[in-house]
Amino acid sequence: MDIKNMAASGTLLAVGLGFGISSVFTMDVGSALRMGPGYFPLILSIVITVIGAVIGVKALRDTEAFRPQIAPLRALAALIVAPILFGLTVRGFGFIPAVALTTLSAASAAKGQKPLIVMAITLGITVFCLGVFYYGLGLPVRLIGPWFGV
Amino acid sequence: MMDLIGNLGMGLSAALTPYNILFCFVGTLLGTLVGVLPGIGPTATIAMLLPITLSLSPETSLIMLAGIYYGAQYGGSTTAILINLPGESSSAVTALDGYQMARQGRAGPALAAAALSSFFAGTIATIVVAALAPPLTSIALKFGSPEYFGLMVLGLAASIVLARGSVLKTIAMVSMGLVFGLVGTDINTGAMRFTLGRPELADGLNFVAVAVGLFGIAEILRNLETTMERTAVVKRVAGLWPSRADLKAMIGPAFRGTVLGSALGVLPGGGAILASFASYALEKKISKTPERFGNGAIEGVAGPEAANNAGAQTSFIPMLTLGVPANPVMALMIGAMIIQGIVPGPQVATEQPVLFWGLIASMWIGNLLLVILNLPLIGLWVKLLTVPYTVLFPAILAFASIGVYSVNSNTFDLYVMAAFGIFGYALSKLDFEPAPMLLGFVLGPLLEEHLRRAMTISHGDISVFFTRPISAGLLTVAVIVLIVAFLPNIARRRNEVFVEED
Repeated sequence: MDIKNMAASGTLLAVGLGFGISSVFTMDVGSALRMGPGYFPLILSIVITVIGAVIGVKALRDTEAFRPQIAPLRALAALIVAPILFGLTVRGFGFIPAVALTTLSAASAAKGQKPLIVMAITLGITVFCLGVFYYGLGLPVRLIGPWFGV
Repeated sequence: MMDLIGNLGMGLSAALTPYNILFCFVGTLLGTLVGVLPGIGPTATIAMLLPITLSLSPETSLIMLAGIYYGAQYGGSTTAILINLPGESSSAVTALDGYQMARQGRAGPALAAAALSSFFAGTIATIVVAALAPPLTSIALKFGSPEYFGLMVLGLAASIVLARGSVLKTIAMVSMGLVFGLVGTDINTGAMRFTLGRPELADGLNFVAVAVGLFGIAEILRNLETTMERTAVVKRVAGLWPSRADLKAMIGPAFRGTVLGSALGVLPGGGAILASFASYALEKKISKTPERFGNGAIEGVAGPEAANNAGAQTSFIPMLTLGVPANPVMALMIGAMIIQGIVPGPQVATEQPVLFWGLIASMWIGNLLLVILNLPLIGLWVKLLTVPYTVLFPAILAFASIGVYSVNSNTFDLYVMAAFGIFGYALSKLDFEPAPMLLGFVLGPLLEEHLRRAMTISHGDISVFFTRPISAGLLTVAVIVLIVAFLPNIARRRNEVFVEED
């Protein structure tokens, strides 16, 4: 079995069936003359599903080792959390804390960094972003948000 | 001919205002910067800067964004030559001979060959764009929905052929991009599609968030797989100016590279990369001493560099004349136009002549600025390569988060960005290419709109696509292109062409 292409097939089947089922059951598909909102998505979903199935069948027959080089879990988590943190805090905490938290999260992705260096990177980037985006480009944001009671 | 000169004159006078020169400079500087730095490319940079361009006039913002794009082509070759790490995929070929030249102590002439032949190519390609754009525009004005549909299908087909890896997987990627592009309110009926009940998705997935996730976050993750140790072989570059013999060896390749690049750049779907490979292959084939290639042949730097720069420039042609993007960067440029309230398409040339010609003229000015930026300031760029990646990527992530948020002041877009970051990374591990997906994402709503309109006009008769000569022609070419991609012979060649990119 070819694990990589099994996973690829699974991804395509999930996306294709998900969008396809949603087009059929939640939308009007219509006809070629009067296409409903579901018509074009349904065609695309069928294409994706069929390709997923073809790749899957082929993968079942093949044998292929799959040892991908994957970024360390720590890096994955830190990088995905960083923008989410920004989204959660920019309204409540304000721009400065949000940028600092985001940078801090991203900077901790690399292993073996001294905490002091991580702090220095965070401080430097936060100050830089404040200068560029707030003072330089006039981004309309609150620097310190309402959650601090100011 | 007189028209051409008059139009270019108008463009020059628009591009030469101090304000526009300043932003052209900022763009090329930023472009060089991201080109030099591996791990961040022009796509992510332009995506992040899109929201900021709102405060600029339309021509200024497009001039700056264009500067980032071709600036990155220059900067990418600097890294390729000095540390054998192409900053941009299109400068992968430059690394072959450029790095060898640097190791032999000829980094100066290699950099000069790259910059000068790029400038030469940029100058010619600007004229090509100026000469070809108006006639193509007048053809495009006659286009109806079936023709637009055919054209977009051809563009997508070309992006499939030019992508790396399995053709089947790339078709799936394009389809996935198209369907993601349809998320949101259906403009014809007002029905909600795939919004999962989230009101934030009513306007669709935010393009900037998707692009930054796919190209920014996923790219950083790929770079963090291994601890990156970058060491420049050359700490100081001395003896920049090439010798007379070098110059003579450069002219032919630069000229042939320009022709190849200009022609291939117009093709939708990543012509610049293909052009540099094609130019390298051509120079090696016609050289009397092919064995020197790979061991520091200056022709192997001059040709591909000219080709990729010319290709980068002529890839503006489909975007400017038809409103159809040839690559993800052009898709972003279209996004920039839409943000400014300009409807992309053939009417831009007649309704916004200052914007249209100003952008074209600014390309030449930008190329001149790039030569000035790259040759005397090379020491600065060398120094920049010593900035550790551990400082760089948190900064990129902070910029990206701020940039994505500032498009609509919508926090939901940040979750979309994170989701597409992890999704894009997973896809790349499964050998799916993200670029065709982004192209599909942009074209999705347009493609559907024109398909619907064409079917309504023809009363549901699908033959409308094959009875109108232009759309029939475009679709036939698209089918041929796809068949060619599936031929085993070509498929193997395709892998050979792209194999050196890794």
